[in-house]
Amino acid sequence: MLAASVVVFAGAVGLLVVAYLRRGVRGLPFFGERESVPEGMVLVFGIGVPLVALVALFGVSDVYLVKQTSPPNPSTTAMTINVIGHQYWWEMRYPGTPVITANELHMPVDTRVNIVATSADVIHSFWVPALNRKIDMVPGRRNRVLLYANQPGEYRGQCSQFCGMQHAHMAMIVFAQRPAQYRAWLANEERSAMTPTTAAARAGERDFMNDQCASCHYIAGTPAQGFIGPALTHLADRTTLGANEIPNRPAWLAAWIRNPQAIKPGVRMPDLGLGDNAIGQLVAYLDGLH
Amino acid sequence: MAINVTPQGQQHVERLERVWTERPGLVGWLTTTNHKRIGILYFFASLAFFGAGGVEALLIRTQLIGPNGHVLSPAAYDEVFTMHGITMIFLFVIPMTTGAFGNYLLPLMIGARDMAFPRLNALSFWVFLGSGLFLYVALLQGHAPNSGWFDYVPLASKEFDPGNNIDFYGYGLIFNGIASTMTVINFIVTIFKLRAPGMSLNRMPLFCFAFLAVAFALLFALPSLSIACLFLELDRQLGFHFYDVAQGGDPLLWQNLFWIFGHPEVYIIILPAFGIATSIIPAFSHRRMVFFPLVALAEILVAFLGFGVWVHHMFTVGFSSLTYVYFAAASLIITIPSAIQIFAWIATILTGTPVFRTPMLFIVGFIVYFIIGGLSGITVAAIPFDQQVHDSYYIVAHFHFVIFGAAVFPILGGMYFWFPKVTGRMYDERVGKISFWLTFIGTFVTFFPMHIVGILGMPRRNYTYPPGLGWSLLNFIESIGAYLLAVGLVLIVANLVVSRFRGAPAGRNPMEGDTLEWSTTSPPPPYNYAVIPTVTSPYPMWEPQDREADDARLDRGEGVLPEGHQTPATTVQDAQLDEILAMPPHSAWPPLLALMITGVFAMLLMHHYWIAVGFGAVCGMTLLAWHRHGVEA
Repeated sequence: MLAASVVVFAGAVGLLVVAYLRRGVRGLPFFGERESVPEGMVLVFGIGVPLVALVALFGVSDVYLVKQTSPPNPSTTAMTINVIGHQYWWEMRYPGTPVITANELHMPVDTRVNIVATSADVIHSFWVPALNRKIDMVPGRRNRVLLYANQPGEYRGQCSQFCGMQHAHMAMIVFAQRPAQYRAWLANEERSAMTPTTAAARAGERDFMNDQCASCHYIAGTPAQGFIGPALTHLADRTTLGANEIPNRPAWLAAWIRNPQAIKPGVRMPDLGLGDNAIGQLVAYLDGLH
Repeated sequence: MAINVTPQGQQHVERLERVWTERPGLVGWLTTTNHKRIGILYFFASLAFFGAGGVEALLIRTQLIGPNGHVLSPAAYDEVFTMHGITMIFLFVIPMTTGAFGNYLLPLMIGARDMAFPRLNALSFWVFLGSGLFLYVALLQGHAPNSGWFDYVPLASKEFDPGNNIDFYGYGLIFNGIASTMTVINFIVTIFKLRAPGMSLNRMPLFCFAFLAVAFALLFALPSLSIACLFLELDRQLGFHFYDVAQGGDPLLWQNLFWIFGHPEVYIIILPAFGIATSIIPAFSHRRMVFFPLVALAEILVAFLGFGVWVHHMFTVGFSSLTYVYFAAASLIITIPSAIQIFAWIATILTGTPVFRTPMLFIVGFIVYFIIGGLSGITVAAIPFDQQVHDSYYIVAHFHFVIFGAAVFPILGGMYFWFPKVTGRMYDERVGKISFWLTFIGTFVTFFPMHIVGILGMPRRNYTYPPGLGWSLLNFIESIGAYLLAVGLVLIVANLVVSRFRGAPAGRNPMEGDTLEWSTTSPPPPYNYAVIPTVTSPYPMWEPQDREADDARLDRGEGVLPEGHQTPATTVQDAQLDEILAMPPHSAWPPLLALMITGVFAMLLMHHYWIAVGFGAVCGMTLLAWHRHGVEA
């Protein structure tokens, strides 16, 4: 496509350069002033050549290539992952397991993965540029896209449909892992949340369940059963917070809880007005959720 | 008007001068129905909006000059990029091309004395101005539309955008659509009925064909947008569920309705540019357009085919692949009428003896950028490629080459080309060429790197981006290009402003143009032509014997129509004299009615529905009063 474009562009600009060089002379070299020659040129370059090129492009891209990248038949893939778009984060659910996580998608390499993309609120678009094309997440529709990674690694994904104030900070990381690592990750994720061991963490858990936190967040095996915000069952195993906005370190987590609006203006999580002590306990609890 | 006015001719001219005297001062401008004055009003209003849209563009580029920029808050950025799109499309390109160029030039080119409906023409300007100010009041209040010019629901629904930002959008675009609809109805009737005797359709300038195609496209495309906005406001204000999936509505209904308007809109933006190019190229190449009939057909085909491709804006929403393959094929086919025109322009320049003065430079720049934008357009008709780059900066690059490179360059070239006709003075050629190169280079530096940054994965509409993704340097280059471009544009305006007062006298036809407007004085008198011209070819200025015949008829007082504001009407196809129409001279009703319509929309916005109904009733009474006065009012 690029080569053909360069040829067309160079040809057209070349004709304009010739026109500039021959600006004092009427007609064309060799052909003179016969009107049929420029008219023929319009027919050949304006209709003939484009027709051939477009038919070729249509055949290659819209008939052949489109099949290569199209969503898979559900039965042909080894696994399915449901991804739900929220303002401004991603929820991932692994059918057949109790796993619910957010913003970091783990999948095995060399495996065709069927992503089922839906939305909980406005239209988002699921896009991991290195792994395949994008697919919109439209309320009321179940769209699908194939993900396939042949190299283990981290691949950045980002929402590509404008979804509101923090559209720019709705990113994700796809971890393509070797099968053994992936199975280990999945086994850990299937467990309910760890029971806190320190006094501070136990106090944090109490605060979490009694304060507003539990009405929006989900932690498996506890009374926290909210799905407005990301699931936190194994939060400590994630590498980033706020949909890939800040690193998942205790200091950052504390700053986030203190005032999420300062880090990500417009995010749904409100400024809870908590004191330093309460924040420290919450961080101790959440940081232990491996 | 005659070239050499004899004493006999002079008495007819003096009589016309008396009959067509314009009111002086501010009242004259407020109540004018003269197409040239309305065109000038449109020009200044849309130029002011272009300035506002340009400032918004510079704010965007300043925000994105480096990673993690914070010149604008996320909320302000959303309003600014939304208003940039709305402004450039609805308040600059359309009013500048149809309102300013179309209004000023169409009657002149076809040898008429005014538009078919002069008061409707005035009304459309004042309604346009009202809608533009309506939208900018929102920005001044800090409540500007903030869901993008495409305004997708449910983001734009009451639930996710509870303020009145989106109501400014919904009402504002319905309001704006009224103005455009009135303009295009006027164009269609004017082009079909007011052409000079002898200007049969096959002798009509290609400029007029382009504007005829635009007029029909707008007429059929706008209802889709107005309906979409009406549904949106019914959902938002009265709790309807057109777009609400929980109640059986569908957010994709908005996308379909919007793009059924939105894609023809792209050709509505670019067709006037084609018309301007086909005026400038023959003049400076000193020869007729190559393959005139095929080019006319191609202009009409572009407008027609533009209605069959809208789903290519929706290649990622998850429709069936059969749907996509059809729309991809339709999108590819549009390449052919575009390619016909490109190669007809190139062949005309190639076989003529071109002179590269400033307007011609802008047209060559236009051809180069239209080819770049066209080629990138073909690539996104390849479905798998589009599904990769959709909503990335690659698309931003593509449509800015098409809209800025290919639609605005001819507008800028056209401003230089017809400046001597409108003001009677020449612009500065040297400054003109410098302004071209600044604009040309600035455009390339601003928009070309966007292709690359888009392929690297940068989505559109992000108020900021993180470092370390390979986007930073390219964004920096783009922003520098934008500043360069701004300097070029300011230089164009400065050149024209200074030349307006200090330029050398232009004479009637300093551009060796081929169409009728070059036969009258610069600036043209209020009645355009002392004698209604007679036309025997598509290049009336290149038929000197016809113009001498016009002079002779002026001496005899034939075709002068000095009894009042009059213009001849001719038959649609062959332009044979049909009847003499009486034209209204000036009227205070259009600005008054526009004010009342503004009242309706302002009250709707503020939820004062009964007062809105009251304003609606006053609108009705104004219309009645308007029509009680005949054309002599």
